[in-house]
Amino acid sequence: MLKRKRWIFAILAILPTLALFAYVRLYPIADTLRLSLFKWDILSKNKPFVGLANFRELTGDHLFIDALVNTTIIAFGVLILTIPMALIIAALIFHRTRSRMAGFYETAVFIPHVVSLVPAAMAWKWIFDARLGPLNALLTFFGIPAQSWLFDPVLSVICIIILCSWQALGYAVLIYIVGFKNLPVSLYEAAKLDGASGPQSFWYLSIPMLKPITLYVSVVTLVSGFNVYAQAFVLASDAQGAPGRQVRVLVLDMLENSFRNYRVGYAASEAVVLLVIVLGLTLIQFSMLRERGKV
Amino acid sequence: MTVNPVTYIEPTTEELAEGVRLRRKKRMTNFAIDVFLIIVSILMLLPLVFLVANAFKTPAEMLSWPPTIIPRDPTIANFSAVLGETPLLRWIGNSIAFAVMSTIAIVATSAIAGYIFGKFRFRTLNILFALFLATAIVPFEVYMIPLYFQAKSLGILNSVWGLLLGYLVMSFGIFLIRQNVIHSIPDELLEAARIDGAGEFWIFLHIVLPLLRGALGALAVLAFFQAWTAFAWPMIVTTTRTSYTIEVGLALFQTGFTVDLGRLSAASATVLIPSILLFVVLRRNFVQGVASTGLKE
Repeated sequence: MLKRKRWIFAILAILPTLALFAYVRLYPIADTLRLSLFKWDILSKNKPFVGLANFRELTGDHLFIDALVNTTIIAFGVLILTIPMALIIAALIFHRTRSRMAGFYETAVFIPHVVSLVPAAMAWKWIFDARLGPLNALLTFFGIPAQSWLFDPVLSVICIIILCSWQALGYAVLIYIVGFKNLPVSLYEAAKLDGASGPQSFWYLSIPMLKPITLYVSVVTLVSGFNVYAQAFVLASDAQGAPGRQVRVLVLDMLENSFRNYRVGYAASEAVVLLVIVLGLTLIQFSMLRERGKV
Repeated sequence: MTVNPVTYIEPTTEELAEGVRLRRKKRMTNFAIDVFLIIVSILMLLPLVFLVANAFKTPAEMLSWPPTIIPRDPTIANFSAVLGETPLLRWIGNSIAFAVMSTIAIVATSAIAGYIFGKFRFRTLNILFALFLATAIVPFEVYMIPLYFQAKSLGILNSVWGLLLGYLVMSFGIFLIRQNVIHSIPDELLEAARIDGAGEFWIFLHIVLPLLRGALGALAVLAFFQAWTAFAWPMIVTTTRTSYTIEVGLALFQTGFTVDLGRLSAASATVLIPSILLFVVLRRNFVQGVASTGLKE
C-alpha cells in the first residue's frame, strides 16, 4: 500500500518534466530521423517518402562534402592543439596548487570558455584582420610578409581552429585538474623515493593514469568541434561579406538548406549524418574504456 | 618501559649544503613554472583585454602599432554610436530574460526529476532515466530544425518563449542532481520523515531541496551561461531586429560593411565586461558544475 502510494507520487512528480522532455527532445529527435527519409520543401504541400534518396544525394553534393571536410579538419585540429597543451598546463597548475596564483591561472585559462562566443570571436577577427590586425603588424615587424588570414582558404581554417582551441582549452584544463586531484598521492611519493624526476613521473605515471580523462575530454572536444558554427559565422565571411561562407561548416550548410533553399528533408538527412558521427565517437570512447577495464 | 633509542646523527656540512642546494633548485623550478603560467594566462586574456581597450580608442589610435592597452585619449564615442545605431540594450535585455527563464526551468525540472530518479527505485523510472541519459549525447544542432517548426506552429517565433522552448530541460542537469541525491541524502532521513507522517511533497520541499542547495547553485550557473552564449537556436528562432539576443544581434551587426572595429569592440565590450564579472563572482559554483561533468563514470 505504502509502496503504491510512493509510486503514484513519483509518477505524478516526474510527469510534467517527462512531458516537456518528450515535446522538446524526443519528438524533434524522432522527427529529424523521419524527415530525413522524406522530400519536404516547405512551400509544397505534399511530403513524399523518398527512402534514402536524400543520403544518396548527399554523397554527390559538393557543398556538403566541402562542409564535412572542413568541419572534420576543424574538429581534429582543435583536438590536436588542445589536448597536449591542456595536459601540460593542468599539470603545472596542479603542481602549483598551493601557491596564491593558482586561482588566477585557473580563472584566466577558463574565461575564454565562458564568455559569449560572438564578442570573443570579434576580438580574434581584429587580431587576424589583414590591414588593421596586430598579427600582420607583428609578422611584418619580423620581416615576414603579411597574410590575408581570413580570406585565404587554408589560413582561414587555421584561424577558426585557433579560435576554437582558445575556447576549448579552459574546459580541458579544468577537467584535467580534477583528474590530477584524484590521482593517488602515494604512487607519486613512491616514484619520488625511487628517484623519478617531476617530468618522469608526469610521463610514466600521470599520462597513463589520466587516459580515461583524456578519452573523455577528446570526445567532448571533437563533438563540440563537429558542431562548430558561430566561430565560422563571425570569422569566415567571404569576399562579398556573406557570413560563414568562406569556410563552410556542417551546421551552416544544414541551416542554409533548410531555411534558404527550403529543403527541410534534405537538411534533416545532414543532421542525421552529424548524429551518426557523434554517436560513432561516443561508441569509440565507451569501447576503449571497456577495453581498459578488462586489462 | 623501554624506549627505542633513536640515534640522531649530526648532519655534515656537505649534507646541509646539499639540502640548501635542493631547496634552491626546487624554488627555481617553481619560479620558472610560475613565469610560464603567467605568460599563458596573459596570452589567454590578451584578446579580451585588447577588445575592451579598442572599445575606448579613436579610429586613429586603432591603427597605431604597437597596439596600446590603455588608450591614450579614451573616448566613449564608440559606445554612444553603437547605442544610437542598434537596440543593444534591448538585445541584452532579451538575453537576460531568456537566460533567467531557462535557468529557472532547468533548475526546477532537474531538481524534481533528479530526486525522483535518485530515490525512487521502480522499473518504469529506471527505463525513463535511461531514455533521458541516452538523448544527452544528441547535440542540439541535430534536432533544432524540427523544433523550429514546433515553435512556429505554437506561434512563438521572435519571442523569448520561442527561445525558451529549446532550453527548457537539460539531461546533464537531471544526471547531476541525481548523483547528488544519491551521494548526499541518506535514505534513513527520508524514512524518518515518513514515519513522522510527512507527505512526499513536504519532504521534497523541506528536506531534499535545502540539502541540494550547492548542486542546484552550480547547475543554475551552468544553465545561465549556456543560454547566455547560445547561438544557433536564437539565430533561427529570431528574425526581427527587436527580438534578437545579444549574440545574434552582434553577429549580424558585424556583417554590415559600414561598421567599423571601434563600434564592434564597444558593443562587444558592453556584453563581455558584465559576463566576466559575473563569472569571476560565481567562479566556485561554475567550476564545481563543470568539474562534475568530467566525473560521469
